[in-house]
Amino acid sequence: MRKIKKAEQPFTFYTRLHLQELTGRKARGLKELLEGIRDVSGSVIYHHTHRFLQQHQFLSPEPPNDFAYWITEILGEHKLGEELASIDTIQFSSIRALRNKLVETLEKHIGQMKDTGQGQFRVSTVEEQFHFVKTVSFILPSGYVARDIVEFVEILKKVTIDSIYFHVFEAKLRLEKQMNDFSYWIDTSCADPELAQKLSRLDPYTHTLEGLRAKIVNLVGKRIEEARV
Amino acid sequence: MKLSDYEPIVGKNVIEELKQLASRLSAKVVRNVNSTAVGGGVAEILSRMTPLLNELGLRAHWDVIKAEGEFFSVTKKLHNMLHGKKAELTQSEIDLFLETGEKNLKNMDLRGEIIFVHDPQPIILVKKKSQLKKSNWIWRCHIDVSQPNKQAWDFLKPYIEQYDVSVFSSPSFAQTLNIRQVLIPPSIDPLSDKNKELSGETINSALRKFGIVEDKPLIVQISRFDYLKDPLGVIDVYRLVKKYIDCQLVLAGGTATDDPESSKVLSEVRERAGRDPDIHILAVPAASDIEINALQRAASVILQKSIREGFALTVTEGLWKAKPVVASAVGGIPMQIRHKFSGLLSRTTEGTAYWVKQLLNSPEYAKALGEAGREYIKQNFLLTRHLRDYLLLFLSLYHNKDIVNI
Repeated sequence: MRKIKKAEQPFTFYTRLHLQELTGRKARGLKELLEGIRDVSGSVIYHHTHRFLQQHQFLSPEPPNDFAYWITEILGEHKLGEELASIDTIQFSSIRALRNKLVETLEKHIGQMKDTGQGQFRVSTVEEQFHFVKTVSFILPSGYVARDIVEFVEILKKVTIDSIYFHVFEAKLRLEKQMNDFSYWIDTSCADPELAQKLSRLDPYTHTLEGLRAKIVNLVGKRIEEARV
Repeated sequence: MKLSDYEPIVGKNVIEELKQLASRLSAKVVRNVNSTAVGGGVAEILSRMTPLLNELGLRAHWDVIKAEGEFFSVTKKLHNMLHGKKAELTQSEIDLFLETGEKNLKNMDLRGEIIFVHDPQPIILVKKKSQLKKSNWIWRCHIDVSQPNKQAWDFLKPYIEQYDVSVFSSPSFAQTLNIRQVLIPPSIDPLSDKNKELSGETINSALRKFGIVEDKPLIVQISRFDYLKDPLGVIDVYRLVKKYIDCQLVLAGGTATDDPESSKVLSEVRERAGRDPDIHILAVPAASDIEINALQRAASVILQKSIREGFALTVTEGLWKAKPVVASAVGGIPMQIRHKFSGLLSRTTEGTAYWVKQLLNSPEYAKALGEAGREYIKQNFLLTRHLRDYLLLFLSLYHNKDIVNI
């Protein structure tokens, strides 16, 4: 049994809000899309791989990233769409690495199409072309601070899903931290590597944000119960 | 309306976030300028936004340029050209546009930290920018400029590029510009007559008024009588569905007095409908928001079979009412409907009929799709999101990074 200790450092909950910016760059086929993915800023890659999580957070399982959706639904390239949708985003600790994986997957497919003589690349109509958009993130404190996991779980129940989103997705991938903020704090400040590991093992990309909240509340709640027995 | 009126719909956290953002902009003077105080979507949005911005602690103003009738004929032409219409601005039209702008430049108070200019009519006010060192200028384009007429766009572009930032409503309206282009889609007000909750009695009385029976599935398209909304195609869709499912169709919308084509379209629609008692062609007057709301709420399926669209707020309204929507993949519609997630997208008459049949025969699927659609609109296309985007836009004028700690 383990007692609940006061954390060495308190956990400050932040939230993030997004503003979308148009780049003016467009693609009507796979080659243009590939060139775009190679050239655009990391904020554009981030936008198209994470927008669904924010805008469709109530759906489960979430629709795939924008690239996969467009390739499947608009170009009708189902195999490639599935390959892009199933890229295991959680594995990547930087946008750079994620971009490389997207490029590699597209290059491989285009190469195979050429090798097999399927040189006819499909293009979308002008109406349905792909528009590259970027995300500008504004990060602000939510006003909530936890000094131990009991306070943490109570706050977690009431913060916005934007706050959960920030600490789980944005902190890890966009700010290039090695693990999500919750796991890091529980590991380093609460000295509970076992619980931290459990939170780290969750694949947040396969949950809705509300589902993820419930899962984390449940895991931390169990640990609190164990300590109280 | 007050911010607290929206809390039961969007939740306390959303309102708190707005207050937090606004506290970082406290007391900034935001001066909105457009060309009309009443009528049209821009005036409607400004009439709701301005008091809410003031409630949040900004000092928001809304000013309207002064102009004569002839000026508006020119700007209407410019508007149509930006939509892609083939036409040419004459030198005298250009002169009138510029003279009116110069007169307003002399007479308007344009002091403030943020000058927020809406649409092309007041665009040349930006000439004042160099005299007002501490002001930031935003140009908000509410028009579909996905395929603009080149002359119209080339005429406006040098003015647009004098602004600090531009704002467009859809990714497909993006342009090549040397200033930032922010994407802020429009929104609906869930508390307006067009969107508020209605009692069963109000809905039933609207149905009785229009002679619509309740025991047959109802397909509804709300839009003005315009070829671009394809009302004739909608009747074809209904007939394909009717072969298998006994249903009714409502085509309801206004006939704009300034659009002589609309009465021609209406008579063609009536002719195509013939004497079918299950087709209801309703040319409703402008102030019929509650009736339109009731028709949308009574619908089994909502259609928007447009050939071209701006953002298509009728789709937003339908989804907000948790209705399954089948709509063409044009303009801003794909932004609102992710196929099979928040509604269904179609590209042909046959395809539209196919999806309508599927929905009418699978009420559980239709219900789930409608509920997902409502949630999507709640998260992304209500007035509070629009307000939040404006606050973020204002903040972005003072921060030049992709990740900003505020």
